[in-house]
Amino acid sequence: MEMYSSVPEFRVVIDRQACRLCKRCIENCSFGALEWRDNKVKAFDDRCVACQRCVSMCPEDAIALRRMPSVMSAHPIWTENARRDVFTQSRTGAILLASTGNELHERVIFDNLLLDACQVTNPAIDPLREPIELRTYIGRKPRFVELEELGDSVRLKTELSPALRLEIPIMIAQMSYGAISLEAHEALARAAVMRGTTMGSGEGGLHKKLYPYADHIIVQVASGRFGVHPAYLKAGAAVEVKIGQGAKPGIGGHLPGTKITEEISEARMIPIGADAISPAPHHDIYSIEDLAQLVNSLKEATRYKKPVLVKIAAVHNVAAISSGICRAGADAIVIDGFRAGTGATPKVIRDNVGIPIELALASVDQRLREEGIRNETSIIASGTIRNSGDVAKAIALGADAVKIGTAALIALGCTVCKRCYTGKCAWGIATQEPELRSRLDPVEGAQRVSNLLLAWSIELKEILGAAGINSIESLRGNRDRLRGYGLDHTTLEILGVQPAGS
Amino acid sequence: MCSILGIVNENGKLFSANYIIEGISLMNERCNGLGGGFAAYGLYPEYKDYYALHILLKDVELKDQVTEMLKDYVNIYKDEEIETRNVERIPQDYTPWRFFVDVPERYTNDADNYIIDLAMKINSTGGALVISSGKNMGVFKAIGYPDEVAKLYKLDNYKAYMWLAHGRYPTNTRGWWGGAHPFSILDNSIVHNGEITSYGTNKRFLESYGYKCSYFTDSEVLAYLWDLLVRRHKLPIELASEVLAPPFWEQIERMPPERRRIIEALRMTYGPAMVNGPFGIVIANGSGLTGVAGNGTMVGLSDRIKLRPLICARKNDTTFMASEESAIKAVCKNPDNVWAPRAGEPTVAMVNGDV
Repeated sequence: MEMYSSVPEFRVVIDRQACRLCKRCIENCSFGALEWRDNKVKAFDDRCVACQRCVSMCPEDAIALRRMPSVMSAHPIWTENARRDVFTQSRTGAILLASTGNELHERVIFDNLLLDACQVTNPAIDPLREPIELRTYIGRKPRFVELEELGDSVRLKTELSPALRLEIPIMIAQMSYGAISLEAHEALARAAVMRGTTMGSGEGGLHKKLYPYADHIIVQVASGRFGVHPAYLKAGAAVEVKIGQGAKPGIGGHLPGTKITEEISEARMIPIGADAISPAPHHDIYSIEDLAQLVNSLKEATRYKKPVLVKIAAVHNVAAISSGICRAGADAIVIDGFRAGTGATPKVIRDNVGIPIELALASVDQRLREEGIRNETSIIASGTIRNSGDVAKAIALGADAVKIGTAALIALGCTVCKRCYTGKCAWGIATQEPELRSRLDPVEGAQRVSNLLLAWSIELKEILGAAGINSIESLRGNRDRLRGYGLDHTTLEILGVQPAGS
Repeated sequence: MCSILGIVNENGKLFSANYIIEGISLMNERCNGLGGGFAAYGLYPEYKDYYALHILLKDVELKDQVTEMLKDYVNIYKDEEIETRNVERIPQDYTPWRFFVDVPERYTNDADNYIIDLAMKINSTGGALVISSGKNMGVFKAIGYPDEVAKLYKLDNYKAYMWLAHGRYPTNTRGWWGGAHPFSILDNSIVHNGEITSYGTNKRFLESYGYKCSYFTDSEVLAYLWDLLVRRHKLPIELASEVLAPPFWEQIERMPPERRRIIEALRMTYGPAMVNGPFGIVIANGSGLTGVAGNGTMVGLSDRIKLRPLICARKNDTTFMASEESAIKAVCKNPDNVWAPRAGEPTVAMVNGDV
């Protein structure tokens, strides 16, 4: 039975006059969309994912990708995507897999928030002339500082909890070795070192090649406990317990056995070829007190020298949950919004579960303040940070720092083709195939991610300077410097932000 | 732009308001007639064991209501209208009243916090504003140029050992009586020239320590921050100043180890208390403070890149802190010493005499 679903999404257009038949495009297409037939390059449009690899590699610029010109009869509710999904599922009888973040909700609240600047009454500060500071400490802060007088001098009596020192309030998110290649992992780690920030190991353990960078790596402990051992915990700059992630709240993970190569098997501490299954819940955490036990045992295991972070997806009751997490001893809470990216998630979960990071962040910050425990934990926001404007807005809403995942991968060459789950990433990022991996140079990649972080840092300083602020801590939670534009009353109330013009 | 001036006699000798009025009036170009005010220390020696509440009443009929409210919390020893005279340009929006009160015995071990809670409670009712609540001191403020406000309150009748004055040019909120400086809480008063770009951060930080900001103006947070840091958290003045105007991380890294540990701890803990944006401030405190001998202090401080002016001078046992040197020279022709404090470094004058 023929069905419409076989009609492709993209059309590969090859300029036959320009093409010099070098076959480079064929070698580069990891999705098998280009083949050598009858002495010419033949395109199989239905396999094309528009990853841009062939376009970039063609020495004659002879390839262009078009959206399929064929249109369906329009319907506002039964969109093409909606119909495609039904076709696909009626063929497979299976869950639809997806990568990257939520595609259903296009509206980003950050875009409706406006930053402030000084005029006349207050001098804007020129970052080229005056120092502007971005340094951020992640971790528990005391409620007050106690000093001790010793004759003429004073000594610090308060003992500070271990904190993570970041030179910029932008961290690289948790992405596992296995989901992404060793080269990508190394590039991100090197970039974190270069910019004085951290990257996350993800839940796949740490390849031995990454240990030299471990003081800039937050090692993750997730429900599968892959690759967790004493040396791993002690090597990291901090430990992060992953309860959930924004792209798939309440859903576990599954790295198919075909991806468990010898090296990944070693890092994850599971047999070669075995499926790596992360259960939906931690099997030792069925309530908040269990989390407290895990946080405490991780602190014990690291001799109380490392901050312990807890990451959750932004779900409806995020504020109350965060209060519980704070009281369970977490030094920082990572809140992952519903637009956060991933390598693989059930599409229905990705698009329908969770709430936007802006609202989650605002309500968590406010709740912790109301309970007088905001100083006891740091808040890290992730899921939708696309540029330095988003960073500034998240911090003004109350975040101590943000994490970036997709943006860092784009810096490595990702074009957001949304096929991470196939393992065929043509750019060597979300793949374990040696030939594809070799396309990503970790040193060059690190430089690009570092450049991105540097560019955003410079822009952040411009934003701060324009607002007459010379240190990031004076923007933190400073909702007075935000205005909402085109937001409804209730949203503004939750954000704690005044409408523009007021 | 605003004008600020502080004068203190370190031996606690009382002197008339004329000096401060003359000095502050010289800087009228820095203000626009939408707010002026004074704080005076040593005002009420015969009632010095009582909290002197200066309260602005939106309507004189509110007086009974405020009295009833006060009676629920404190013992009123004496109350009276603060004498004023008509000044043409000043709208009679408020009636100022003073109450001398003390705290019931069972609350005396936490009397200061008790009074602050009470003041915040009255302020949040709207209509009545507690503009000062310390002992042996008081704040006088209104719309108008400082010299007009002095005339309004008949300040020439008062003597004090420490005076603060302020002329306002409102930039972030409208001009109204409550928005004029000084801002005062217990024995702390503050006059501020500048605009606080970190207001939202400071305000929300203070709220989590129980302070309520009700004057719709940024300068208010300075008084509460100082109260929190110096009175409640017992930081020495010098270190409290390092919280408001902290050194840059680069400077901190060059400090000797123990000093570095302290300053790092302060910046990490009190990051949200850092005051950003341009400021020159003079803070007066009427009682002995942690790490400071004597009976009072006056502290001058500017932001850490000194975007607002601050000049200090000394003559015999009197110290002056002002926006402009001319204001000092207007009342003290030949000071022994005149200097401009460095950005972010506090200048502290201590009152050692009996007051």
